[in-house]
Amino acid sequence: MSNPSEGKEKDIPLAATISKPGSATEQKTGEWRSKRPQRDDSLCDKCGICWIFCPDAAIYINEDGYYEVDYDHCKGCGICARECPMGAIKMVDEGE
Amino acid sequence: MAKRTGLEVSLAVSEAVKMARAEVIAAYPITPQTHIVEELSQMVADGELDAEFILVESEHSAMSACCGSSAVGARSFTATASQGLALMHEVLYIASGLRLPMVMVVANRALSAPLSIWGDHSDVMAERDSGWLQFFAETGQDAFDLTIQAFKISEDHRVLLPSIVNLDGFTLTHVIEPILLPEQGEVDAFLPSYEPPSRLDPQKPTTVGPVGFPEIYTEVKKQQNDALLGSYEVILEVWDEFEKSFGRGYKPIEHYKTEDAEILIAIAGSMAGTARIAVDGMREEGKKVGLIRPRLWRPFPFEEFRNSVAGAKALAVVDRSLSFGGQGGPMCSEMRSALFPLDEKPVVTSYIAGLGGRDITIENFRTIVSDTERVLEEGYGDEYKLIGVKE
Repeated sequence: MSNPSEGKEKDIPLAATISKPGSATEQKTGEWRSKRPQRDDSLCDKCGICWIFCPDAAIYINEDGYYEVDYDHCKGCGICARECPMGAIKMVDEGE
Repeated sequence: MAKRTGLEVSLAVSEAVKMARAEVIAAYPITPQTHIVEELSQMVADGELDAEFILVESEHSAMSACCGSSAVGARSFTATASQGLALMHEVLYIASGLRLPMVMVVANRALSAPLSIWGDHSDVMAERDSGWLQFFAETGQDAFDLTIQAFKISEDHRVLLPSIVNLDGFTLTHVIEPILLPEQGEVDAFLPSYEPPSRLDPQKPTTVGPVGFPEIYTEVKKQQNDALLGSYEVILEVWDEFEKSFGRGYKPIEHYKTEDAEILIAIAGSMAGTARIAVDGMREEGKKVGLIRPRLWRPFPFEEFRNSVAGAKALAVVDRSLSFGGQGGPMCSEMRSALFPLDEKPVVTSYIAGLGGRDITIENFRTIVSDTERVLEEGYGDEYKLIGVKE
């Protein structure tokens, strides 16, 4: 069981132990982002530097070979935008 | 058949841990606990005890190692005192919060400063609210038996919480007492090997100790508290079974000459021995004095305690620890609170004695009783009193 956001006492396992491996991905932790990375496909050369540098493993490769941002988990730190050698990633305000 | 053997109490505790077939021992030496783990490391080195003895760099690591070993399902033991216990502090809450059974013997010693290697209860009182079961031994036999019992109680699936067995530094740890040592087979029958409900296993990965968001933290703590409160019944069951197996009965609170007593003294640990002699002396003079000795401190035995003091005019609580700036003695605060809701209750007086290895003498107990008589006549004066201060 993952760490439940609405857990009644009787449903919580002993000491809140998580018995399902990898269940952290079920938690949406990208909610507090104020800026989000936005990729320009015309500039991206699919080098994968953003994927290497992302401290939150929030970048994955899509079907077309582009490095896509997982917005459920991206915190908007901006490291990918800073490290991108092609200048293909820009940080834009959330809500824009 | 059990045989009576003259043993230093520390070594008797080591013998109890060996007979309990502890599988992992992680400890760091600190006076006055050192003899316990020194002997255990010798037993492991000599092949007498099939256990992993983990040499650690600090008590913080000792407690952390025991958390790990308990999480994989190993019967785990450590021992410490004073600064060592204080250094374990944050990990103690993790052990109980993660519901990891283990046994720790604390050879009670004063906390620095000033630096003191001698006995009092300030070390364990600082861990009062850490969620561990806590017992106080009066004698070597008490310490031996409680160590074995504590494994069984802690590992019970209705409990799954760690236990502290307190024994007074030097006045208990370093004295030689006659100890009834049972046969290994008898202990094995009483204490089967530990089978955890779940364990850390690389083949079946789990996360032990995840973040507890505000939505669940309260519920997890309620589960933990329910388990600690519920352990009371398990403790009584285990003591009942122990008596049937070994012939020695144990109670949450021991009574001495309490039946018609008007003034009761309450004290935990080895100084109760001196208190008994003081009670005998005062009884000879016609004073109706008795003694209660709490063996079980956590969970606090409320019902048993209220029954123990019912009918007495006064209860004089002697603490070997001082709650600075508060009501004086932590045990007295607890007992006074426990009595507050009752319509009829004894007057409760609080005394602090035996700090940093100072003996509590028969004369000290007489002073405590005569001061309590004065309070009965004149009413309260001081919130609490330090006994034996040289002025």
